[in-house]
Amino acid sequence: MSKKLNLTLHVWRQKGPTAAGDFVKYPASGIDDHMSFLEMLDVVNEGLIEKGEDPIAFDHDCREGICGSCGVMINGMAHGPRKATTACQLHMRVFHDGDEIWIEPWRAAAFPIIKDLIVDRGSLDRIVQSGGYVSVRTGAARDANNIAIPKDDADLAMDAAQCIGCGACVAACPNASASLFTSAKIGHLALLPQGGPEREDRVRRMVLQHDAELFGSCTQHGECEAACPKQISINFIARMNADFIKTAVTANADLKQREGQ
Amino acid sequence: MDRALTLRSTTVGTKAIMAVTGAVLFGFVVVHMLGNLQLWLGAQAMHDYAVSLRKIHGVLWIARAVLLASVLGHAWSAFTLVRRNAAARPVPYKHARRDQATNYAARTMPITGVVVALYIAYHIMHLTLGVGVAAHDPQNPYNNVVNGFSNPLIAVVYIVANVLLSAHLFHGGYAWFNSLGLSNPRYAGMKRAFAMGLAGLITLGNVALPVSVLAGAVKPTTETFCSPELGPCAGPGVEPGR
Ligand code: HEM
Ligand code: FES
Repeated sequence: MSKKLNLTLHVWRQKGPTAAGDFVKYPASGIDDHMSFLEMLDVVNEGLIEKGEDPIAFDHDCREGICGSCGVMINGMAHGPRKATTACQLHMRVFHDGDEIWIEPWRAAAFPIIKDLIVDRGSLDRIVQSGGYVSVRTGAARDANNIAIPKDDADLAMDAAQCIGCGACVAACPNASASLFTSAKIGHLALLPQGGPEREDRVRRMVLQHDAELFGSCTQHGECEAACPKQISINFIARMNADFIKTAVTANADLKQREGQ
Repeated sequence: MDRALTLRSTTVGTKAIMAVTGAVLFGFVVVHMLGNLQLWLGAQAMHDYAVSLRKIHGVLWIARAVLLASVLGHAWSAFTLVRRNAAARPVPYKHARRDQATNYAARTMPITGVVVALYIAYHIMHLTLGVGVAAHDPQNPYNNVVNGFSNPLIAVVYIVANVLLSAHLFHGGYAWFNSLGLSNPRYAGMKRAFAMGLAGLITLGNVALPVSVLAGAVKPTTETFCSPELGPCAGPGVEPGR
């Protein structure tokens, strides 16, 4: 059994990166409550296209909560009101008939708006490029269980590796900090033996890149953890801090040389 | 030099400086509060305590230098990060972002921080230097405090400032662990309780003093004291004391 919802949307419309934007009101009528949030936007867009208007630009790809592209603020909450749920996995049944819904793009200096609800999250990519990898000489694939990894470490690394880079942590943070993202990308490698050799360089480079992208600093509000669709723990930020402080005060003397500075 | 620079020039490093200096100030506040409780032991105890602090040669000044450096370092890192964080979201949300996890203490850290700084300045002028206090007697800290708190306005300023300090200490005492990475998952759940307990005890101790003076439970003394460590004595006829 499905219900039909009649909603009023307030959607952020902005023609381009430098254009002025504002909320525009749209009715969304006869929305099936089994639809996902993005399907609801599809319905609204079909109506706009039929009327010859510009459809609402929003980012999406997998629509199954794994690619991280669909994040928007829904009623002031990153990915909307449901815990551990991306916007694409949010179902309309969490809303009630007659609800007003405000949809706004992520806001951060590091996330410039491209159009409407779409922001450029390239800053997150550049943080990963600065060190979020392990350098291996690839050869024949090794046996899966070749290197012993304690189960607890593997589990914790997997918790961090769940990060889909959606940017909700930044969007929800009062300081627009990407600490949770950065610490997750550092943490899942730091916990595994393969990540060991580059651990010091990695945390240093990634934190420097995080800062260079103009993200804010962590003040331990915990908003990121609450907004994260993958429920990544703020404790990874503490791990990152511990690693960073340790490298900053004990860094190998030749670190500068290795970085070619 | 590169290493120190990395600490000072990054968000994580600046926050670590804030946490370490905050911890020093936290330690000071605990000791200070315990020292204050001697008000209940009477005027002689307060006098002897003041003398004993000065008898450990040089330590008082070293402590003051460390505290001053901590306040400056703390204020510098607060200023740096607050500005940076404001710049990180130059265009605010038009439909307000809704808080889901944070609390009042965390949100007001910069405000309570500034209030505490102003309070510290006032407090030093009032009780250490005795600026504008006619009856200020360096030999008699007990009376300085009791006379001060007998004025309800001054007592209320102290009470309000210490309640705001407790909010700062609560979030600071919690955030401190994460900022320095002292966060073992096994103890993660205790951080908040620790911060709340400690901030609560400190505030209870500090607020109890003006309250007990206002309630008339602690009264001024007519005793006089004179110890050279505390400077010249109040007037002729005062016996050099113990
Ligand atoms: C000079 C005036 C002060 C200012 C402007 C100030 C401001 C701040 C700010 C903005 C923070 C960051 C809070 C956050 O994470 O959101 C902070 C943290 C902290 N403050 Fe203060 N504060 C001041 C005085 C004090 C005093 C007197 C104490 C101790 C008695 C103290 C103890 C702490 C502690 C322990 C932290 C935690 C550091 C961390 O986040 O890791 N502060 N302060
Ligand atoms: S569209 Fe891929 S996570 Fe939502």
